[in-house]
Amino acid sequence: MTDTMLPETAQPEPVRLPPLGPLGWARWAWRQLTSMRVALLLLMLLAVAAVPGSVFPQRRIDPTKVDGYLSEHTTSGPWLDRLGAFDVYSSPWFSAIYLLLFVSLVGCVVPRAKQHWKSARSAPPRTPRRLERLPAHASATVDATPEDALAKARTALRRRRFRLAEHDGGTSLAAEKGYTAETGNLAFHLALLGLLVSIAAGTLVGYSGQVTVVEGQPFSNVAVMYNTLSAGSRVDTGDLPPFTLTLDSLKVDFDNGSGGGQLGAPRMFTGAVTVADAGGPPSSRTLRVNQPVDVGGTRLFLVGNGYAPVLTVRDGEGNVAFSGAVPFLPRDSQYTSLGVVKVPDALPRQVALRGLFLPTAVVDPVKGPVSIFPGLTDPRLFLTAYVSAPGVDGLGLDSGVPQSVYEFDDKDLTQLTDDKGEPLRILLAPGTTFDLPDGAGSVTFDGIKRYAALDIRYDPAKVWVLGFAVLALAGLTASLFVRRRRLWARVSTDGEGRTVVEVAGLSRGDDTALEPLVREVLAEIAPQPQQHQHDPKDQHDPKQQDDEE
Amino acid sequence: MAVDATLATLSNQLVYSAMAVYTGAMAAVAVDLSGRGARVAGEAKVLVGPDGEPVGDVASVTPSAPDAGPQPRPRTKIGGIAVALTWLAFALHLGGVVARGASVHRAPWGNMYEFSVSGAVVVTAVFLAVLSRRDVRYLGTFVVGPVLLTLGLAVTVLYTRAAHLVPALQSFWLVIHVSVAFIASALFTLAFSTTVLQLVQERRELARAAGTPPARGRFMDNLPGSVELERSSYRLHAIAFPLWTFTVMAGAIWAEHAWGRYWNWDPKEVWSFVIWVVYAGYLHARATRGWDGRRSAYLALAGYGCILFNFLVVNIFFVGLHSYAK
Ligand code: HEM
Repeated sequence: MTDTMLPETAQPEPVRLPPLGPLGWARWAWRQLTSMRVALLLLMLLAVAAVPGSVFPQRRIDPTKVDGYLSEHTTSGPWLDRLGAFDVYSSPWFSAIYLLLFVSLVGCVVPRAKQHWKSARSAPPRTPRRLERLPAHASATVDATPEDALAKARTALRRRRFRLAEHDGGTSLAAEKGYTAETGNLAFHLALLGLLVSIAAGTLVGYSGQVTVVEGQPFSNVAVMYNTLSAGSRVDTGDLPPFTLTLDSLKVDFDNGSGGGQLGAPRMFTGAVTVADAGGPPSSRTLRVNQPVDVGGTRLFLVGNGYAPVLTVRDGEGNVAFSGAVPFLPRDSQYTSLGVVKVPDALPRQVALRGLFLPTAVVDPVKGPVSIFPGLTDPRLFLTAYVSAPGVDGLGLDSGVPQSVYEFDDKDLTQLTDDKGEPLRILLAPGTTFDLPDGAGSVTFDGIKRYAALDIRYDPAKVWVLGFAVLALAGLTASLFVRRRRLWARVSTDGEGRTVVEVAGLSRGDDTALEPLVREVLAEIAPQPQQHQHDPKDQHDPKQQDDEE
Repeated sequence: MAVDATLATLSNQLVYSAMAVYTGAMAAVAVDLSGRGARVAGEAKVLVGPDGEPVGDVASVTPSAPDAGPQPRPRTKIGGIAVALTWLAFALHLGGVVARGASVHRAPWGNMYEFSVSGAVVVTAVFLAVLSRRDVRYLGTFVVGPVLLTLGLAVTVLYTRAAHLVPALQSFWLVIHVSVAFIASALFTLAFSTTVLQLVQERRELARAAGTPPARGRFMDNLPGSVELERSSYRLHAIAFPLWTFTVMAGAIWAEHAWGRYWNWDPKEVWSFVIWVVYAGYLHARATRGWDGRRSAYLALAGYGCILFNFLVVNIFFVGLHSYAK
């Protein structure tokens, strides 16, 4: 293997002390950064740096879990937080590694691309003087004239789509093929860069958010309707593409035992939705897991579901102070669900309810009330009730501090008790009403609706991400499997005036098919069985060569 | 459609039978490797393919070439038995996988048990496919052994009764993504075995060069030299790496379909990425002066360590969107 076919960057770099002066240092640093060894080091660093993100909870994925971790680990937690352990993939150190890697990549690939461009347009290099020194070599004596033999060689090589050049005054041919390997390698590395840029672009021009939609309730695509919404800096959240979506019904299938004993495991969730695009007529669509609904480029994904008990709360003055469906959060695979109802408008005292909803309720002597199946076989609602002092905003909804819809703070509230002074426990079946003590009003459990948790996403750059990924894969495949080969053919005349044809080959990397190729090409030039075979390894063994003749 | 309990039971029986035959194959392979088996008289020294052409590296079978790499190992009776038993075990194993799939009317890779059993059958299939083209019987122990171990783990620790899938897994992309992941992992497994052999062989060669021939592990003398093993290992890695790249991409496309996010840095995704980067490092290292050979081999081993970690530790202990294992 000659050095001409090794990648430029793989040349050994002599260790030189950098010349003094900022420019010298900069040049030295640049050369280091774009060296193959540093690229390798950065790749390894990237692999190691990605790992903590799988060990510690990540804010982008599950912020509540991060809070949980912080409250459990009061000493190490804050330190880990400062080090970015909960935001690994946006931390300065992670970003530094991949940015350096990509700078290195550019510094590496651009000169290579230039060189490749040049070499792809220049003729295949001169024929080496001693062809028998090349890794693959074969020769034969033929009756044809040198010109005819060389013409045959030309045909044979052209048929194999080699690029050709004639050398040595028309007595030798140089042929080269497999530029695609290098093109593929460059395409692969540049595609990685394109991938990074399009991912970044996607976060600038896209938005994403979560909403909870209860059966029958419409959702409009405006910022205030979202539970959470995050948008790129190039997105005006006051001007999201207008559309409305109504969840007409949500059908759920749970394993009823015939599915192989995983009783209660979810099998299919199907939402029937009606979508009204701006201007367009409403259309009916189906929403499933793995089957999002697309509204003008914005896609809605079904990522969760649960129950929303429908409640009516009358206040102490007999007025309906609250009426509606309240989404409860499932806590386990049997849909034991938790939720709260806040009734700030109840007079004279505000009412708040904390509830446990069980789709198929049993009362376990040890664990208390639990659900044993996620479907609605025997639904029950367990509530505890709180009231404020008369005329006081005990719920603190006017304080301006944002509150979760699934929790309330009971420090300014009084829990209602039964006549024994125990905390009041309210048990409701659908269609029943419970009168609260102390004239606080009443609670009616009207029925149950389902709700769907939707992820809503708009990322116009994702086709680019896909395109670059496909390009990277194609480039990689070409780079690994296309062989870059050079072949030479030379004709000469031996002592008896007969024509000797030599064919030799050189390949980048190890290439077991080179030898057969050389022999094949020679066989096309010299069809007679008078070939001298030659393997550089048995140069010192003339006996064997004779054997083979 | 209900789960077909008869087929599910048949599947289990086939898997157990396959394990029994693999055990036999393992023993035969080990004897063959130790070089104690009787030679089959009069057989050609070169492995011959179905078309009568010699298979494998022609240059390396030139008899008098002093450093032309491995001599093809003689065909032994026990070697033939080992290969036949491996084929039989493979047939039973494949039957078990197909029956499992038929019993639940879907691709049989929806939980850890099914991943292990189906993944192992791909390892054997890839091994047998390579074996039909080149004489890699020496790898037998390092393939049949891990396959047997995987099946053992599957039927004892990971066993899950045949059942339908949760909604997130009911996707065409499950079939694409996971089947390619299997093939890539199977190739990485073969490449790993080859790399380990390469390193062991290199140590023996160095010891011999230093004048202290290794006392133990004579069977290694029947194997190709470290340079040849390194080349095989590279070829396997070079096929496996683009397949893994495709696996990660297909996973991202599927994630986009299911959750709307093509990449979410969920633990399983993190580790798939880490595996990809480590193997990219291996390929780089192989092209870097001073890092080729032994050092790049260490990176390949690290890559395989990450694969094992991803399958065994991340699936079971890490919580994420991919928590289908529980
Ligand atoms: C984003 C990070 C990078 C990744 C994931 C990556 C990945 C790869 C992979 C998988 C290969 C193998 C393909 C082949 O062998 O032809 C490769 C080859 C190569 N990479 Fe990178 N690379 C990265 C960055 C870089 C950088 C920064 C440099 C320059 C310093 C570089 C220079 C090269 C060279 C020269 C080859 C060809 C090796 C050969 O000729 O066999 N790469 N890269």
